[in-house]
Amino acid sequence: MLIHNRRHANLWTLLAPPAIWAVHFLLCYVAAAIACAKGGGPWVDLTSLRWVILGITLPALGLILVAGRQARRHWGFGTDDPPHDQATDEDRQHFLGYATLLLCALSFVSVIFVAMPAITIADCR
Amino acid sequence: MRAVPLAGLLAGCGGVQSALDPAGFEAEQVARLFWAMLVASGVIWVLVLGLAHYASGRREKPWSQRDAGRLIVWGGAVVPTLLLAVLLFFGLRLMPELRAPGGPLRVHVEGEQFWWRVRYHPPGGAPVESANALVLPVGQRVEFSLSTRDVIHSFWVPALGGKMDMIPGRTNRLVLEPTRTGEFRGACAELCGASHALMAFTVRVVEPAEFEAWLAREAAPAAAGTGHAGEAAFLAHGCGACHSVRGTAARGAIGPDLTHLASRPTLGAGILENSAANRAAFIARVDEIKPAARMPAYGTLLDTEIAAIAAWLGMLR
Repeated sequence: MLIHNRRHANLWTLLAPPAIWAVHFLLCYVAAAIACAKGGGPWVDLTSLRWVILGITLPALGLILVAGRQARRHWGFGTDDPPHDQATDEDRQHFLGYATLLLCALSFVSVIFVAMPAITIADCR
Repeated sequence: MRAVPLAGLLAGCGGVQSALDPAGFEAEQVARLFWAMLVASGVIWVLVLGLAHYASGRREKPWSQRDAGRLIVWGGAVVPTLLLAVLLFFGLRLMPELRAPGGPLRVHVEGEQFWWRVRYHPPGGAPVESANALVLPVGQRVEFSLSTRDVIHSFWVPALGGKMDMIPGRTNRLVLEPTRTGEFRGACAELCGASHALMAFTVRVVEPAEFEAWLAREAAPAAAGTGHAGEAAFLAHGCGACHSVRGTAARGAIGPDLTHLASRPTLGAGILENSAANRAAFIARVDEIKPAARMPAYGTLLDTEIAAIAAWLGMLR
């Protein structure tokens, strides 16, 4: 798996957390668009969609946490300070791990922000 | 002396067209959010500058890398994220409230280059045609449907609520709930052509009973004018091909309905005081007063005819 048990970091492991955010965003957006388009009016009750969004959001956050754990290992658990700019394999790994860890934090917050409208918005108005 | 520019600045916070002097439910919510954000921004500004002052001047020993890293993580990432989350939550919580359905009265407003076609749909009654001036009952949620046939306009009464675009091919909804009586001003908030800045309207918020009486008057045909020289000139020169004056032969629907023009506070969509001199000037020199308007200037008419039309229009209460 891309976000778990990879021996080495590479561009794919770096891109995995933002990809999880993107897929989560698309699923929420498309699900809401279909529910409102097929519902036939601004008063469509979105209770079931809100549960669906919760059901997509929790796994997405979980996957990002798993990716973050792997990134922290690739970073070397912070034993070495940034900027990790030496032309060595180890520094390259630490750099990729650190960048992925930061992207995980960003993606985690973004997924929460994408899902937040489901807390307050109950219909298609 | 220093107080003068400040007073000038603060004057912009009040008046008939200010989101900071709210007179509607939505405007009040948005103004409250604005002040809360302003105070919070001020606090953060003072903290950041204080910290910069301390770090650059007062503190004698250098920061350890560990402390600096912590400051960046907390001050640069965690705290801003939490503050953004709080703001986002308040904004999202406001949205369903502001979009709650309107009361029984609906008003359709259509943006035109460069004026506003207004049609009241009272519950159970026939639609009432008007233009360039709104009258609304206080304390009632009024649902606006907004459309246009030419270009994108935007309907905005800052004192009452947020703005909403008018987009060709679409009908957008906006619900406004005035909370106090008074005179306000709305404007077109989307560049729509040469006279975009000259496309405004007045909003008069009155007690519900007064509104009912006003609407009944507005629905009636023009009371004055039969046999007036101005009416004859108005009809003879074809003004009725574009303008309606209910109760006369003028039935045009291209320009604003003029049935009760004299009861509107302004002329030319909120740009001129509604006086006989201004009405005459508008007829003769509309191309200068309102560039690119569809109405041609009628400066070739005799001055006496223009004066007569202006006088007659002034009788259409």
